[in-house]
Amino acid sequence: MSVPADPYVTEDGRQIGGVLMEMKNITLRFGGVVAIKDISFDIREGEIRAIIGPNGAGKSSMLNVISGFYHPQEGEVRYKGALRPAMKPYEVARMGVGRTFQNIALFEGMTVLDNVMTGRLTKMKAPIWRQAIWRGVAEQEEIHNREQIEKIIDFLEIQAIRKTPVGRLPYGLKKRVELARALAAEPSLLLLDEPMAGMNVEEKEDMSRFILDVNDEFGTTIALIEHDMGVVMDLSDRVVVMDYGKKIGDGTPEEVRNNQEVIDAYLGVAHG
Amino acid sequence: MEAITTPTGELRSVPALLRRNALEFAGRTAYREKEYGIWQSWTWAEALAEIEWLAMGFLALGMDRGDHVAIIGRNRPAHYWAMVAAQMCGAVPVPLYQDAVTEEMAYVLEHCGARFVVCGDQEQVDKVIDVQERLHQIEHVLYNDKRGMRKYDHTHMNWLHDVREEGRVAHYRLEEEMHKREAELNYDSTCVMLYTSGTTGKPKGVVLSNRNIIETSKNSSEFDRLGVKEEILAYLPMAWVGDFIFSVGQAFWNGFCVNCPESAETMMTDLREIAPTYYFAPPRVFETQLTSVMIRMEDASAVKRALFRHYLALARRIGPAILDGKPVNAIDRMRYALGEFLIYGPLKNALGFSKVRVGYTAGEAIGPEIFDFYRALGINLKQLYGQTEASVFIAQQPDNEVRPDTVGVTSPGVEIRIADNGEIFYRSPGTFVEYYKNPESTASTKNPEGWVATGDAGFFEPDTGHLRIIDRAKDVGKMADGQMFAPKYVENKLKFYPDILEAVVFGNGREMCTAFINIDLTAVGNWAERNNIAYASYQELAGHPKVLETIRTHVEEVNRSVAQDAMLSGCQIHRFLVLHKELDADDGEMTRTRKVRRSVIAEKYADLIAALYDGSDSVSTVTEVTYEDGRKGAIKATLAVIDAATVAQRPMKAAAE
Repeated sequence: MSVPADPYVTEDGRQIGGVLMEMKNITLRFGGVVAIKDISFDIREGEIRAIIGPNGAGKSSMLNVISGFYHPQEGEVRYKGALRPAMKPYEVARMGVGRTFQNIALFEGMTVLDNVMTGRLTKMKAPIWRQAIWRGVAEQEEIHNREQIEKIIDFLEIQAIRKTPVGRLPYGLKKRVELARALAAEPSLLLLDEPMAGMNVEEKEDMSRFILDVNDEFGTTIALIEHDMGVVMDLSDRVVVMDYGKKIGDGTPEEVRNNQEVIDAYLGVAHG
Repeated sequence: MEAITTPTGELRSVPALLRRNALEFAGRTAYREKEYGIWQSWTWAEALAEIEWLAMGFLALGMDRGDHVAIIGRNRPAHYWAMVAAQMCGAVPVPLYQDAVTEEMAYVLEHCGARFVVCGDQEQVDKVIDVQERLHQIEHVLYNDKRGMRKYDHTHMNWLHDVREEGRVAHYRLEEEMHKREAELNYDSTCVMLYTSGTTGKPKGVVLSNRNIIETSKNSSEFDRLGVKEEILAYLPMAWVGDFIFSVGQAFWNGFCVNCPESAETMMTDLREIAPTYYFAPPRVFETQLTSVMIRMEDASAVKRALFRHYLALARRIGPAILDGKPVNAIDRMRYALGEFLIYGPLKNALGFSKVRVGYTAGEAIGPEIFDFYRALGINLKQLYGQTEASVFIAQQPDNEVRPDTVGVTSPGVEIRIADNGEIFYRSPGTFVEYYKNPESTASTKNPEGWVATGDAGFFEPDTGHLRIIDRAKDVGKMADGQMFAPKYVENKLKFYPDILEAVVFGNGREMCTAFINIDLTAVGNWAERNNIAYASYQELAGHPKVLETIRTHVEEVNRSVAQDAMLSGCQIHRFLVLHKELDADDGEMTRTRKVRRSVIAEKYADLIAALYDGSDSVSTVTEVTYEDGRKGAIKATLAVIDAATVAQRPMKAAAE
């Protein structure tokens, strides 16, 4: 592999650090169906890591393993060097893993601001009785949280829809709001499940820009699943390719593009 | 209203006005900007400090007297401060249109020889870097928004905030020099240089002195009794003379507050939150607002719709009379008051016009329907006639003497003369010094006695003394049969339909008039949605048979209206086509202030014009388009050419000519 094991600086000047999360021999089964077969790869600090593969390859399952929603039957997940036991998703979120969903999961009746504010939930420390009293700790906390959120709103350029109920927004903007909510939790690892699905070229360009900016400005490590090969190759530092639950390729976009197994999986090859 | 009592003798520059304000109105809010969802504000004392720090930062970077400092960005306090700070250093601020493509920017930057460029954000910096590859004259690029700028080579680049910090910490070293340079400023030193977009040829740099700006601000403030308590929203391009007069000249003269919106998209929300007392907008903004109100009313419940219609009819009948203080009977007054409570008040609030005391529109003719709508609601909307070369004001409407078809009386301090061919000339304290590095144009525009040719044809109404503008003097022509051809007159009538965004009428020297029409995507798109008409693109919607039919009825209505006027009845439109793309400033078809460039259009669409006159039913064409990032593409289309019914000219009238 051409990527060095030690921390290094990319061509465009970003700092890539050590291993943030490591998957070791992960196998995930649903009854008799094997969704993921003995897969190992790592995600390094500061990089943009893509997981690609044809439909049904097990990409979303993989992401759900990372986010702690599924617990693999075999293998181990190491996060920041330590073995991660089976956890509830909210516990994983508290550890600094944020995510967006393939099918947008926002509160449609709430405003953009309120939706993004829910992303700060893990950061709220005031006990419920203090929140009921409001003045004091809870109020200060709310002001601080709002400040953080406003920076994200400014960053993602959604000021104009701050007070608009999410249900009234077009698809592309909802995706951006979801990203904002994930960012509100200040994650160290951000998982994006098909952030560009169903978007037109312009929306994709905008989203790509935002993903790069998030990575660049906040130093957030990003793992994403995406179908649009052009986008994946442009955005990511390293790519994992899956097919039928197996890993068939891993490396820089250039390496993956020239990998015969990957070409076969995407273009199809005569079986038998 | 608090009168300004300070003697004007010492107030000979914008920085001098700033110092007076920082003394007299120290605690009053001078600037507000919405950032992070909150209105951040600065008092005059704070504004002075910010501007001084910035000016000293500029000095630290080596800004010289007479340097040109380009400012490219949206309306933000820091950009206004940079302009005044540049002046404090004895330099000349040159605000540029932020949506200008690289080519246009290159010309202007080269022409003024800017050594310093203040950019709003990364987008502008990228353009300037492109320009710099060819020019090699820009020594410092300063940017206001840090986002995305981390990886740039900063050898000749600075964050504006860092420059300010540098100036602040170095004030012992630089204060003296700054005060020295400031003391050198007088009434004749250059206050600002603004590039006119120009409907023909390359942009020209209009040099305006402190005298121009301050005298004009003083006179116009007195005319409308503006005071320190005004609130304005600065949202129009900073490169436009109007914004400089309102947001710098008048704001500094009166000491009132300039509010900057959060972003272009939040403008309407911010407008409502600020509720300005003094408001300026080109007709297009009023049109868009009215269109959106009407569209939203279509979707309202039947009861609300009925109420709206009823009270709107009432307002149209008596609203303007009440606004002008004319006698209206008591019952109508009571009904109007009820309407104010039920409809007008909430509507004005939603539009952000609750507190507007003086509103102006200019730049283009405004549709009487639109104009009356706002006045009927009790908004004191007036028209003015102006030019960059005049520091805006040439003629304006006094309160209570407002009519849609005139531009008002001569502004205070201005003299107007109408030449024999109908062209309007003026002379005023606001008359520009010169066109920068262009003595030929200066000489051909301004004669030695200071009279400036406007290029517009018009006349004074004998009874009222109001000025009426007919058209651009050079656009008024003759048709083949000798009848008068005034394209703008017809185009404006067409544009008053919400469906029609833009119209270009041809016919000079020809036997009949024809037209290009641009549909308004918002209005027509909404109509299509309500009528279940599917469309995938602007082009498809513009070519839809039902749309064409609607436009044809509009054109025929206009023809009937044009036929009423004996002098202009030859301008009826015989044939027209609906264009497959919007006329765009990026393609050079319009100016940045959205005025049609006739010669460019005539050249670019020669094939379409030929089709209008050769009797064919349709025409195929390929058009080059420029995208916002400067890339070019082409779109193909087949357009239908449509005949419109005209009204026969009565021979009696023809004989009377």
